[in-house]
Amino acid sequence: MTILQVEDLGITFGGLRAVDGVSFQVSLGEVFSIIGPNGAGKTTLFNLVTGIYRAGRGRIVLAGEDVTRVAPHLLVRRGMARTFQNLQIFFRMTALENVMVGNHLAERTSFLADLLSLPSVARQNVRTRARAMELLERVGLAHHADTTAGDLPYGVLKRLEIARALAADPKVLLLDEPAAGCNAVETEAIDRLIGQIARDGVAVVLIEHDMKLVMKISDRVLVLAHGRRLAEGPPRQVRSDPAVIAAYLGEHGAREADRAHG
Amino acid sequence: MSIVDARHKAGHDEAEGAAPGKVMAEFLQLVFSGLTVGAVYALVALGFTLVYNASDVINFAQGDFVMIGGMGTVFLMAAGLALPVAAFIAILAAVLVGLLLHRLAIEPARGASPVSLIMITIGASIFIKGVAQLVFDKQFHSLPAFSGTTPIAIGGATLLPQSFWVIGGMLVLVLGLWVFLERTLIGKAVLATAANRLAAKLVGINVTVVLALAFGLSAAIGAVGGILVTPITLTRYDVGTLFALKGFAAAMVGGMGNPIGAVVGGLLIGLLEAFGAGYLSSTYKDAVAFVAILVVLLLMPQGLFGRRAVERV
Amino acid sequence: MLKRVLSSRLAVLVLLAAIIAVVPVLAPSSFYLRVAALVWIFALAALGLTILTGYAGQVSLGHAGFLGIGAYAVAVGPAKLGLDPLLSLLLGAVLCGLVAYAVGRPILRLKGYYLAIATLGFGLIVALVLTSESAVTGGPDGMQVPRMVLFGWRVSGVSTWYWITGGALLVGALLALNIQASPSGRALRALHDSEVAAAGVGVDVAKKKLAAFVLSAVFAGVAGSLLALMNGFITPDAAGFMHSIELVAMVIIGGLGSVVGAVVGAAFLVVLPQALTVLQEYEQAVLGLLIMVFMILLPAGIVPSLRRLLLERAA
Repeated sequence: MTILQVEDLGITFGGLRAVDGVSFQVSLGEVFSIIGPNGAGKTTLFNLVTGIYRAGRGRIVLAGEDVTRVAPHLLVRRGMARTFQNLQIFFRMTALENVMVGNHLAERTSFLADLLSLPSVARQNVRTRARAMELLERVGLAHHADTTAGDLPYGVLKRLEIARALAADPKVLLLDEPAAGCNAVETEAIDRLIGQIARDGVAVVLIEHDMKLVMKISDRVLVLAHGRRLAEGPPRQVRSDPAVIAAYLGEHGAREADRAHG
Repeated sequence: MSIVDARHKAGHDEAEGAAPGKVMAEFLQLVFSGLTVGAVYALVALGFTLVYNASDVINFAQGDFVMIGGMGTVFLMAAGLALPVAAFIAILAAVLVGLLLHRLAIEPARGASPVSLIMITIGASIFIKGVAQLVFDKQFHSLPAFSGTTPIAIGGATLLPQSFWVIGGMLVLVLGLWVFLERTLIGKAVLATAANRLAAKLVGINVTVVLALAFGLSAAIGAVGGILVTPITLTRYDVGTLFALKGFAAAMVGGMGNPIGAVVGGLLIGLLEAFGAGYLSSTYKDAVAFVAILVVLLLMPQGLFGRRAVERV
Repeated sequence: MLKRVLSSRLAVLVLLAAIIAVVPVLAPSSFYLRVAALVWIFALAALGLTILTGYAGQVSLGHAGFLGIGAYAVAVGPAKLGLDPLLSLLLGAVLCGLVAYAVGRPILRLKGYYLAIATLGFGLIVALVLTSESAVTGGPDGMQVPRMVLFGWRVSGVSTWYWITGGALLVGALLALNIQASPSGRALRALHDSEVAAAGVGVDVAKKKLAAFVLSAVFAGVAGSLLALMNGFITPDAAGFMHSIELVAMVIIGGLGSVVGAVVGAAFLVVLPQALTVLQEYEQAVLGLLIMVFMILLPAGIVPSLRRLLLERAA
């Protein structure tokens, strides 16, 4: 079932068409990857879809509703969560608190109730904490729960961001280079985690430079170049698309693709 | 700024129920006084801009250089020095304070958050005022006008010769700064650092020296402004605060980091203030600058000449 | 274990209550009690900034403006409008909240330096109004504040005010600690580090900032009222720029975001000038120097630095 539909999306920065008429759709339970050389407009596309940039043209439909002009903090209410390319971690808070913030939507206490610490706040804290702990276990970070996030290594923080996004219970999860800067073991863990998330019925939209990971995990791949769609299809098809090999992968990439293939 | 006020009020009384010619004269009078004070705001704003471009720091002690220039000259003249000598030494003193501020307070705190940097330069400003109280005194002081006090009549309004010094001095400084930045190697290094600090460092520019230069230059510019305007507005150990605030408002109205914007913003704030004092209420003229900041910030956060920034995440 | 104790709400409150209870025993004269009461009052105002700047990371260089509004509420209310002093205090707090709401809505969109200068402008305007509208406020010379009468009991005397201000500080500390450990507190601390990420998980960033701003203004307003009532006299200086800076300095020197830190910072900056009266000439220079030195050498502030030291020793 299609959950996210992007139609003819575009934005211009000072004359440069960063994203230029891109369309795609993603279904529940699917891993949809967006690849392309640096500067192809991948992250800009994410920022458009999540409402951080206002689209110059086009439409975004989430769960059948037009959300093109919806503010970022309201989008998550409709089921969209994301992670960030250059980590946006709450560095002064513990790992557990980071994930607890992710549960913000489910928290129903008012500012006044919080101020007076009414019994409902304590109950809410217990629920939020339990749920956050569950998610930390799921991403394999339970032992870091009480560590201040600023003291954790990069690879761990990548997973922490995923746990925080999952806490919002999204139907669509956008992951911006989750494996960047991770070692082989960490990449392997993220690979498995993404698989699980998709099997739970979440639509995963993935930006990633690690071609091996992309080719292995994706159901479909969208190739961007200069803000435009170059190709789209199953990994096997995209990998052998001559336009993609020529324009994006280049000589070096073609060899790498061969190796991945073999 | 009390003398400027007094002149407004005098002009106002005369214009009471007056003929169109008088209305025009009053208007012109306000324009003159607005441009005069505005020229000093422009210089302070230029100082802000120079430091901000080189280091991303807003130096809240910027206004205190104006005070050092004015007070320094007053006390050196009282000690028997001629005006040009006294002024020169006062400017050197301001530059020294600027360099020390950079070396002892800004350099060690490199990479600190904006909140910390705000507090550091505010602390510096309080410190400078505290020391100024001790070195000078707590009284208001004035300087003799550079070339007499015979007012020049223009279109029914009058202009003090000192106003020419202030506005002319500002124009000369702006031109000099422009030549320095565009035509000299070290000036180009400042511009390069402002554009991209890392890249500047990679091509071999000594960024620390450039930052020190920016602080020194901004101090000199502020001090000159202080010397020029003191014969009109008086000076005291604590006049720096209002100059800093209005200079900052000017820099922001013009678009933070834009030197031309700083000058236009300064003149604009000066004019708004003069009109506010003349037509509305001289009590609340200090509020005019802030209302202007708020309006600009809320309607066009990038200022009149600033470029719009795209947030990268 | 030690970490748990150091961060528990109860431990902080017990510690503060113990200090408040012990000071009168140790104070050699009522002068010291008065200074301590001043510390509690400014600590209360600083706690507001702990919420706004410490938790949420939003700067205000104009909070003395709210202090001034609170102070003049208990002066003008009874003297000019014939209102009960306690009612005036409450109305002053409400007024602070409303003004903060009206001012905060537009300016909290600004960040960093821009927010700093906008709040500074607000504080300046309040001080200007208090100085200029002399028909109501008595002008630059200030005005008398009528004594508070509670149910026929005339509230006066240093030790009475000591306990009232100490109690107010405890209530303020309790509220600040409550917020810290709540969903709203987590949201505020989150947007401090990354507004984009906070919005990304559904935090209404603008609304939360505004709530913190309004709350911090109410804290400052109540502190201002207590200050005016205790002193029996008030001048526009209460709303002055230097007071705004001192409030921020208290929060930062004590330790940004730390409730105990706000009290330590307030104690530091209130007691110091009293100690310096001998060297009154040097007061401003020393204050400026201290702010610089602390910001450069101990950017985390006194309390968090001590805490870290203690935990490292224990580990």
